[in-house]
Amino acid sequence: MDQLLQHVVNMLVLGGTYALLGIGLTLIFGIMNVVNFTHGILYTFGAYMMFIVVHQLGLNFFLALPVAIVAGWLLGAAIEITLLRPLRGADIDTTMLVMIGAWIAMQSGALWIWGGVAKSIDNPFPDAPLVIGPVSVSWLRLFVLFAAALLIVLAYSLINLTKLGKAMRATFQDSDTAALMGVNVSLIYTSTFAIGSSLAAAAGALLGPVYVVFPQMGDLAAVKAFAIVILGGLGNITGAVIGGFILALAEELGAGYVSSGYRDAMGFLIIIMVLIFKPTGLFARAERVG
Amino acid sequence: MIRTIKAASATALAIAFLSSAATAQTIKIGVNEPLTGAFAASGTYVVNGAKIAADEINAKGGLLGKKIELVIEDNKSNPTEAAAVAEKLITRDKTPVMLGAWGSSLTLAVMPKLVEYETAMVVETSSASKITTSGNPYVFRISPPSFVEAAAFKNIVDKLALKKVDFLVINNDWGRGTAEDFSKMMKEKGITIGLVETMDQSAQDMSAQLAKIKATDSETVIITAAVDQLTLIFKQAAALGLKKRIITTGGSQNPDQIIAQAGAAANDTMHLTTFLPWMPEKTPNPEATTYFIGEWKKRGFDFAGCTESFRGYDGIRTIAAAIEKAGKAEPAAIKDALWKIDVKGLNGDIVFKKSGPAGSESGQSFPNVYLVEIAGGKIVMKDL
Repeated sequence: MDQLLQHVVNMLVLGGTYALLGIGLTLIFGIMNVVNFTHGILYTFGAYMMFIVVHQLGLNFFLALPVAIVAGWLLGAAIEITLLRPLRGADIDTTMLVMIGAWIAMQSGALWIWGGVAKSIDNPFPDAPLVIGPVSVSWLRLFVLFAAALLIVLAYSLINLTKLGKAMRATFQDSDTAALMGVNVSLIYTSTFAIGSSLAAAAGALLGPVYVVFPQMGDLAAVKAFAIVILGGLGNITGAVIGGFILALAEELGAGYVSSGYRDAMGFLIIIMVLIFKPTGLFARAERVG
Repeated sequence: MIRTIKAASATALAIAFLSSAATAQTIKIGVNEPLTGAFAASGTYVVNGAKIAADEINAKGGLLGKKIELVIEDNKSNPTEAAAVAEKLITRDKTPVMLGAWGSSLTLAVMPKLVEYETAMVVETSSASKITTSGNPYVFRISPPSFVEAAAFKNIVDKLALKKVDFLVINNDWGRGTAEDFSKMMKEKGITIGLVETMDQSAQDMSAQLAKIKATDSETVIITAAVDQLTLIFKQAAALGLKKRIITTGGSQNPDQIIAQAGAAANDTMHLTTFLPWMPEKTPNPEATTYFIGEWKKRGFDFAGCTESFRGYDGIRTIAAAIEKAGKAEPAAIKDALWKIDVKGLNGDIVFKKSGPAGSESGQSFPNVYLVEIAGGKIVMKDL
């Protein structure tokens, strides 16, 4: 029982960041229909920004977080403007190839700038964990959970409650009509990609201090993000959040009670199951056909 | 058009001739190490150690009247890449001998290539026992296999009063092989083996495994992983309130890096290492050790890397001794000469003994193994 409780607490902490990764990608992959292979590298980028701000600029840990998010936003916008804008209207495969190229180039760039050796980021939280009965969790991870929850709520409100969110949804439903209604479609594409990217960078900035930072750290994260998006249904923000927690739960319980060697395989198992039994994702709404 | 092609191919041929003429001035040694991926930190240290040895040899006039040249390639911590790198080093760079490939799975992936191209490799770090017991006559290992580590550890088992032990090992040939060899030794000693948990080499979150281990009634956990993963494990174990004795194996722990990155979480952990850079006077060749550490510091490298990098240093010196003995830089001659060398290694004399099935034995040297403990942020040696 104690062990199960510990697994559930671990799941909550892990699930929060998975959800953050998932909603970032579902915006880009699900709504913009861009198979975004740079999502993982944006995650890596967020973590390195955190490292630079905390260790090289010597600024405060809590200040570093928004800096990393803004940097992720800017990099995302730059990718959209330079790579995706000229390709608008191109088929999904072409865009995908370009994104794979961008991923490889950026990962090699990270390797070139920061080297392959992992870096660790200091944090201001106490080393001793918070212990409640049989369950124990580090303060840093609790902070990560709350920060992730806050960012998820912010992203959700931005998309569902603001005018920008409405314009985004309109654009991806029918960009011609949206343009006729006076929506600046180009701007919407750029902002959506930038917001999705900044969420990936935020996840990286939050998890960088929890783990260690190295150029390939985003690869596994990106695979998990795709699993979450498929699980939750393309473009479904709520689905991505729930999907993130389901993946975390599957990993925790899979490692705890089945076999730890297959922990990271759980995500792929879920993708296979979902694609067989409910290909539109667990939480997809009925789609209009024709 | 045809004229252009002719001109181009003539130029290409000329360049090829020129470059091969230029390379004949040096003796090439292939270095196949993980410079990126999960083992980047360790692989980079080994390469830097190898460079120190190469520079030292070249400063003394090189080998057979030529300078040595390290051809360093990154195997990306990936067995498929490691095999491809070996093929590239042998066929394209024409290296007559190699150093590599850090991890056991990486080395095992390279081994068939050694047979295919009849080229020897000095294995500097890998510890899976089967590397030198599977009948590959091109493998010469200077690091201790896990059964040697287990045998060294046997003596201290009683002192530590081990009763029940869990394992948390990296899910590859190295980790699983270690769990096997240590379990066998401990069962003979009457110690109960509890859980054997594994983790992927690139995994960053081991909380689930640790939560499972926390719930058992064992008092000790044996952990096998490289330094980056160990740091994470110690932090996560502390966060979960895991209060068991932790002992790590494999010699890739870099205790200083663990202290620096895991802080208080590293206290009271024990580590089986194969080098003692903290106390050069206690190593088998104090003079050589002091020189190496001095050179390492002079180049501005992180002291924590010494526990890894000395293997690259020793590996290149082993290869150099074999080339010298062979009298020529040819694969077959170097392979034969490796059996005849006696190098003053930083961790004991490097002399290859036959290991594995008769007729196709691998070479295995038997270096020392030490147990150190981190106490109050300092490294203390424990008597084995």
